Amino acid sequence: MIARGKAIKYGNNVDTDVIIPARYLTSSEPAELAAHCMEDIDADFVNKVEKGDIIVAAKNFGCGSSREHAPIAIKASGISCVIAKTFARIFYRNSINIGLPILECEELFDESDEGDEIEVDFDSGEIKNVTKGKTFKTQPFPGFMQEIIENDGLVGYIRNNMK
Amino acid sequence: MGMTMTQKILAKHSGLDSVKAGQLIMANVDMVLGNDITTPVAVKEFNKLGMDSVFDKNKISIVPDHFCPNKDIKSAEQVKFIREFAKDKGIVNFFEVGQMGVEHALLPEKGLVVAGDVVIGADSHTCTYGALGAFSTGVGSTDMACGMATGKAWFKVPEAIKFELVGKPGKWVSGKDVILHIIGMIGVDGALYKSMEFTGDGLAALSIDDRFTMANMAIEAGGKNGIFEVDDKTLEYIKDHSDKKYEVYSADEDAEYCETYIINLGSIKPTVSFPHLPDNTRAEGEFGEVRIDQVVIGSCTNGRMQDMRDAAEILKGRTVHPDVRCIIIPATQKIWREAMNEGLFDIFIESGAAVSTPTCGPCLGGHMGILAKGERAVATTNRNFVGRMGHPESEVYLASPHVAAASAVAGKIITPNELQEVSK
Repeated sequence: MIARGKAIKYGNNVDTDVIIPARYLTSSEPAELAAHCMEDIDADFVNKVEKGDIIVAAKNFGCGSSREHAPIAIKASGISCVIAKTFARIFYRNSINIGLPILECEELFDESDEGDEIEVDFDSGEIKNVTKGKTFKTQPFPGFMQEIIENDGLVGYIRNNMK
Repeated sequence: MGMTMTQKILAKHSGLDSVKAGQLIMANVDMVLGNDITTPVAVKEFNKLGMDSVFDKNKISIVPDHFCPNKDIKSAEQVKFIREFAKDKGIVNFFEVGQMGVEHALLPEKGLVVAGDVVIGADSHTCTYGALGAFSTGVGSTDMACGMATGKAWFKVPEAIKFELVGKPGKWVSGKDVILHIIGMIGVDGALYKSMEFTGDGLAALSIDDRFTMANMAIEAGGKNGIFEVDDKTLEYIKDHSDKKYEVYSADEDAEYCETYIINLGSIKPTVSFPHLPDNTRAEGEFGEVRIDQVVIGSCTNGRMQDMRDAAEILKGRTVHPDVRCIIIPATQKIWREAMNEGLFDIFIESGAAVSTPTCGPCLGGHMGILAKGERAVATTNRNFVGRMGHPESEVYLASPHVAAASAVAGKIITPNELQEVSK
């Protein structure tokens, strides 16, 4: 599985309240949530994001609330992958569980600029900054996690494995 | 190699003699929790699984507390959806308005969590129950759905940081100041993926309410869970509230910790987290002149009986500053009645504060006290992220009930010591 798109960059400690503010949590419809994704730190996100784009962030991405609406909003906005130095643990779990691939990579943030073309090979764990011609290696997903993502999340995975 | 408290509980619940940090395990859970924001998503996912029933009608708690009593039509529709699910599946612990309280104050009070339990909750502050010696952690809605279906959850066994507490806190220092001090020290990702285990002689000086507050905010340091060593106070609390069988786990002598901190409670000053992260802490004397528009005293962090008494101790015979709205929210119906019967509401109302029915409301910018552009609030809640309590250009300062009440009177951020100086 390959993801490719332009980098949209954020810094440290991007919390789930800014990914999707609580005032929009009266809905759990992906498209409705995506319309307000990142609104409080980057009002332009919804205009600039294109299908396949990759969020590149620094430390502790997704800290705060357990709202699954946060990875749902990111996924529905067209983002194909989030790559950060580290993730908050509930956000990490939720992303895998809903089938949003996320990867930890220490170097990519410092070696990329907003708008750079990024390519991720989930099978090998290789991340390329195509614009800068640099390649980084990260841990590929273990088999079962890749299967969860390919089944569009944990529920699809369980359902298909119960058959 | 010995095990930590958390590792022992997880080993027992996954049928293993021992576990070690990093190991992936499947554990049986004693309680699965959700609220009115996370449960609708969980129910949709549960329905996709195509199962007729939940794993155990007694081991699921659904607490509509965030946008409740419902603030608008959409939130009412969400609660209607989960209410019907709870009825259909026969879920025993669905708490309707009138029974409802802020979930993490309510579950221990109702005796639904005890020492030794494994609890998952689709709410990040589920880590609160570590105060009672349980392993409890926040998950998302999909985990809640799968937990309701199977009674199980997967975990990566965490390593732990040990906090050895010594000494006694000063007069105006509570569990809130201690945990804010610790978060300021280790940072909002200082305990990422890890357990925070609290132990030491200093525990004796911390009430169960102090411990709930501290375990509650383990997530604000990135922790997987916060857990306290069980002592006589814990056992007394559990016996007063629950008939459930409990089990006490202590860390082995040779348990491995990735870090150990010795925290002298006596050296901690009243502490406030400035915007926009809980680790941006300042101690008494470092606040400067910060004028405020609102004070909120309540939430799963500080809406318990001790918090009500602490606020009343300051507000008694004093008046809320004319530029400040002071909103006090007892976290459960039981706390509400007890505060009323103790005469605390007379003190609050005479001071000019408003008293609300239980709700998470303003903490997450839901309702019951939303901030306008440029406004500042001192709150006893748990997060001060951008836009947390309202407008993206508003500000939240996290503090104890003592400091919040003193600030309500002064109209600026101030500690009780400083308030007394001003009043002289």
